[in-house]
Amino acid sequence: MEAHAWIFFTLTVAALAVLVLWAGSLKGRDPFDQTVYDDTIVKVGVGVSMFWGIVGFLVGLIVALQLAFPNIFYFDQIGWLNFGRIRPLHTSAVIFAFGGNVLISTSFYVVQRTNRARLAGGLWPWFVFLGYNMFIVLAATGYLMGVTQSKEYAEPEWYIDLWLTIVWVAYLLVFLGTIWKRKESHIYVANWFYLSFIVTIAMLHIVNNLTIPVSLTGSKSYQLFGGVQDALTQWWYGHNAVGFFLTTGFLAIMYYFIPKRVNRPVYSYRLSIVHFWSLIFIYIWAGPHHLHYTALPQWAQTLGMTFSVMLWMPSWGGMINGVMTLSGAWDRLRTDPVVRMMVVALAFYGMSTFEGPLMSVRTVNSLSHYTEWGIAHVHSGSMGWVGFISFGALYCSTQWLWKRKSLYSLALVEWHFWLATLGILFYIVAMYFAGILEGLMWRAYNEYGFLEYSFIETVEAKHVSYVIRAVGGGMFLTGALIMAYNLIRTALGHGEAAEGEVTSSAPAALQPAE
Amino acid sequence: MGIMNKHETLERHSLALTIGILLVVAVGGLVEIAPLFYLENTIEKVEGMRPYTPLELEGRNIYIREGCYVCHSQMVRPLRDEVERYGHYSLAAESMYDHPFQWGSKRTGPDLARVGGKYSDSWHVDHLKKPQSMVPESVMPPYAFLADNKLHFDDIEAHLKTLRFEGVPYTDDMIANAKSDLMAQADPNSDYDAQDAFVARYVAAAGRDNTVRIADYDGNPDEITELDALIAYLQMTGTLVDFSTYEADDLDNRR
Repeated sequence: MEAHAWIFFTLTVAALAVLVLWAGSLKGRDPFDQTVYDDTIVKVGVGVSMFWGIVGFLVGLIVALQLAFPNIFYFDQIGWLNFGRIRPLHTSAVIFAFGGNVLISTSFYVVQRTNRARLAGGLWPWFVFLGYNMFIVLAATGYLMGVTQSKEYAEPEWYIDLWLTIVWVAYLLVFLGTIWKRKESHIYVANWFYLSFIVTIAMLHIVNNLTIPVSLTGSKSYQLFGGVQDALTQWWYGHNAVGFFLTTGFLAIMYYFIPKRVNRPVYSYRLSIVHFWSLIFIYIWAGPHHLHYTALPQWAQTLGMTFSVMLWMPSWGGMINGVMTLSGAWDRLRTDPVVRMMVVALAFYGMSTFEGPLMSVRTVNSLSHYTEWGIAHVHSGSMGWVGFISFGALYCSTQWLWKRKSLYSLALVEWHFWLATLGILFYIVAMYFAGILEGLMWRAYNEYGFLEYSFIETVEAKHVSYVIRAVGGGMFLTGALIMAYNLIRTALGHGEAAEGEVTSSAPAALQPAE
Repeated sequence: MGIMNKHETLERHSLALTIGILLVVAVGGLVEIAPLFYLENTIEKVEGMRPYTPLELEGRNIYIREGCYVCHSQMVRPLRDEVERYGHYSLAAESMYDHPFQWGSKRTGPDLARVGGKYSDSWHVDHLKKPQSMVPESVMPPYAFLADNKLHFDDIEAHLKTLRFEGVPYTDDMIANAKSDLMAQADPNSDYDAQDAFVARYVAAAGRDNTVRIADYDGNPDEITELDALIAYLQMTGTLVDFSTYEADDLDNRR
């Protein structure tokens, strides 16, 4: 915790120093001119998102290589490089650092435009943005130092959780404050989704991180709930981190960037109402499907399974609403690789939200649970859906924020698209194969009625799949590097992006569609 | 449709929308989680469960620190192959003192709910230092540094007190003697009176014999290392409950 106190102190001093320099450079200019949007913070957010994305994908590649080649990628005396410490670093880097920054920066972009109001709260949006990234740095360095409460996707210890709570309340107020200043009578659908993401994550974060520190100067704490209660609280949180961080947040992105990019209204206003409320109501119940056949009482398992199966429909409601928004603009799939990326994201979303209910059926789960099948499932959702919709939003917002007619190179977007798509396919096919293989091997019996395989034989059988998975991850990372290059050249106004500035076009999606 | 027109109210009033969202998302968790705290049949009645000894608790904290849960579950499911491979399926009672739980979600390595007593201490020492020396095909990282790290347990009483606050039945005696209990468990050649007192305290809590073990777990008598603590923890997992008296088919144990 001492190291963290120093990091916190140093970064705070640095932020204050920048603040003083900035205030000195104003020379009477109003920094909060209400007649223009605050785009600087979104521009920085786009860059930071891209940075964390590459870090997260790179760490993912490293952990994949560790499992494929343990003799090369482990070191006897370097504990902090071991799989157990850097796999949480990978998951948090991609979900919270990459995903979180994409969500915060796009929400700041979208909420201003759909409400026709500048971000509320003066410097508070910067507090939210920088405070959130401070949380990321504290969490990530904590994992490497072994500071963890071991709850998946909620590993940061109590004092980092408290800091995030403060930042999150500020985020909610900045977001709502901007809505309160709106010049539109209606709150646009994308903002419902952002709002449900912010509100629900606050609830989940607080309840799942109820913990008692051993001392106020140490990092260690003990979770307030224990055993079976702690398990269900954790997976109520864990599943809904998927539901409200990785789903409703990114559906908000879908509801703004797809209509805007193809210049068509959202397909169905009614569908968006129905699937919004049913999605957020049903999602919360689905957590117990992570605990099938465990010591969790069966009534809770059955409830979780039932609601997971029901969740299929509202999930597909969102997919249909997004894909059908292209009605009348289907040619854009062929001509604009950014649109194609976002539509393929919806295809992956549809696929994994069909697969999820399937895996939540107890008998299917008895095979799939604990295996690489779960890894395949989350990566088709995270790389395919979250990754691709984020890439689409980053391409769009970079082009629009820097007011370019086009991206630097659409050909490079094509390269990114195909590398990443094939990379995901390599990844998930290898992991589906490995998962079903080991699941069947674990339960295989020989002719004498004994277990056919020892555990280590099932590990050995996965080696080739692990190698192919690492290749797929490497392709996905390469695509992201190409994207970063393309975004930088676009912002600088090179290549096809050089052809004059455009004045920002009127948002097509200001009104709820009929 | 009438109800669709009413939705306009929510689209015009951000606080109504926010509160509406909060109400809708609160239901599922309340219905599923809250009953676990008051339904009496959530946790089975068993014989033999006791709180972790100080050394085991420190070992468990190292297990958490190193992220072992990322690859190892501690939850044997009631399926034929799992019961034959790992032992009796796990009960809720067996993790009732676990803050946080360590059931895990992935088996890149085998389940560890009942690994206690399956291998010798020296097997664990060699395996943790270099897993491939014991299991050549293993993909597990090496933990040789644990043997060199002296275990820090100056604040062990505070750990026990925190857990007692959360409902783990540590007695005043256990808390007052936490340090000497820890040292007694890691060294068979230490003060015999302290060893006897330590064993008596935790056997009394468990209510049955052979639930506490004293050993020089890492084979290094000079100091108490993190490896001592981790192996002490691994060697007791899943060994406490007396399954000879547990009646799985009893209606009280059906959940």
